[in-house]
Amino acid sequence: MTGQTHSPIIEVAGRGLAPIIQLIGIYVFFHGHYGPGGGFQGGVLLAAGVLLLRMTVGAENSQAHVAAKRTLTNCAIGAVIFVGTGIVAILGGGYFLDYAHLPVQWLEPAYMRYYGILFVELGITLGVMTGLITIYDDILEVDYA
Amino acid sequence: MLELIEGHYAYFFLMLLFMIGIYAMMMKRNLMKKIMGMSMIQSATIMVWIVSAYKDGGTIPVMDPNISLDNPDLYLNPLPHTLMLTAIVVAVVTLGVSFALAVSVYRNYNTLDENELLDRTKEQ
Amino acid sequence: MYTVADLPARGDLNAPAQQITNAAGTPVAGAYYIQNAYKDAKTPNMVCVVLADYRSTDTMGELIVVFAGAIGCFFVLRRKRS
Repeated sequence: MTGQTHSPIIEVAGRGLAPIIQLIGIYVFFHGHYGPGGGFQGGVLLAAGVLLLRMTVGAENSQAHVAAKRTLTNCAIGAVIFVGTGIVAILGGGYFLDYAHLPVQWLEPAYMRYYGILFVELGITLGVMTGLITIYDDILEVDYA
Repeated sequence: MLELIEGHYAYFFLMLLFMIGIYAMMMKRNLMKKIMGMSMIQSATIMVWIVSAYKDGGTIPVMDPNISLDNPDLYLNPLPHTLMLTAIVVAVVTLGVSFALAVSVYRNYNTLDENELLDRTKEQ
Repeated sequence: MYTVADLPARGDLNAPAQQITNAAGTPVAGAYYIQNAYKDAKTPNMVCVVLADYRSTDTMGELIVVFAGAIGCFFVLRRKRS
């Protein structure tokens, strides 16, 4: 299962579709404030693009795209971004994850909440994307060399 | 009676889906089919919450400048949507972990059938 | 089936979960979020605000669940390198 596919049609289609899926994922993540979308959906779409490449061009060839040994680290980084936003809010004088007390002076509290939500969703996107890729790699025994 | 069916048909069908899932988890011998039953139960639960958020004549919970925010009847209830958004991701992760456990069982005992698995664990 | 038949019908505007205040006189969560989400965070998408602001601790626990699942798969299926 981890090898390259034998059909050239599937390989070319996968190579062409994966960047488009990931572009839509980034759009859904950044459009989450104004329409249906957000961190979870964008992260799942980004992971879907990576997994399509893993299935079509083979796990060894797609390591240059997203390396299997770095995904678990990136998942931890996503969780740390989320919790770090909350701790910065504590240092600014508010409660845990209370974005109105982030140490940014020139913004109103309502717009600080806007950017706090954006940071938190960045952490969610990174964590969900790399977490799903990690589970796939573990099940299919992609090498951790 | 007709009004009862008209208002509750979604709940009846989702109850049926839930029962099918429980049947698959309890009666089937294959571990993969048990995992499929678990996934069906999760889907049914998620959809019950989504149905409960619906209002007649409401729009999606994204603010429209032409629609007043003061009357909550014009927007759907955002709370069940949010809760189920997290529940979907947790469902995917539990599915992944259960697949990992099934793969591990198959590597060690070369079977996914429950009775054979019991026999082979007793042999050792 | 009896339990399901007692639930409020689909789309019912008079269901208890869709009211502004409940029987005890305190505000109900759904209507409160609809009325105050844009005022508090200037973000039009209410689901996003509830997810990342009002109930952010819930979302943090959920992200930790994803991380724990990834680590669990890693340790269950990892083999020694040949």
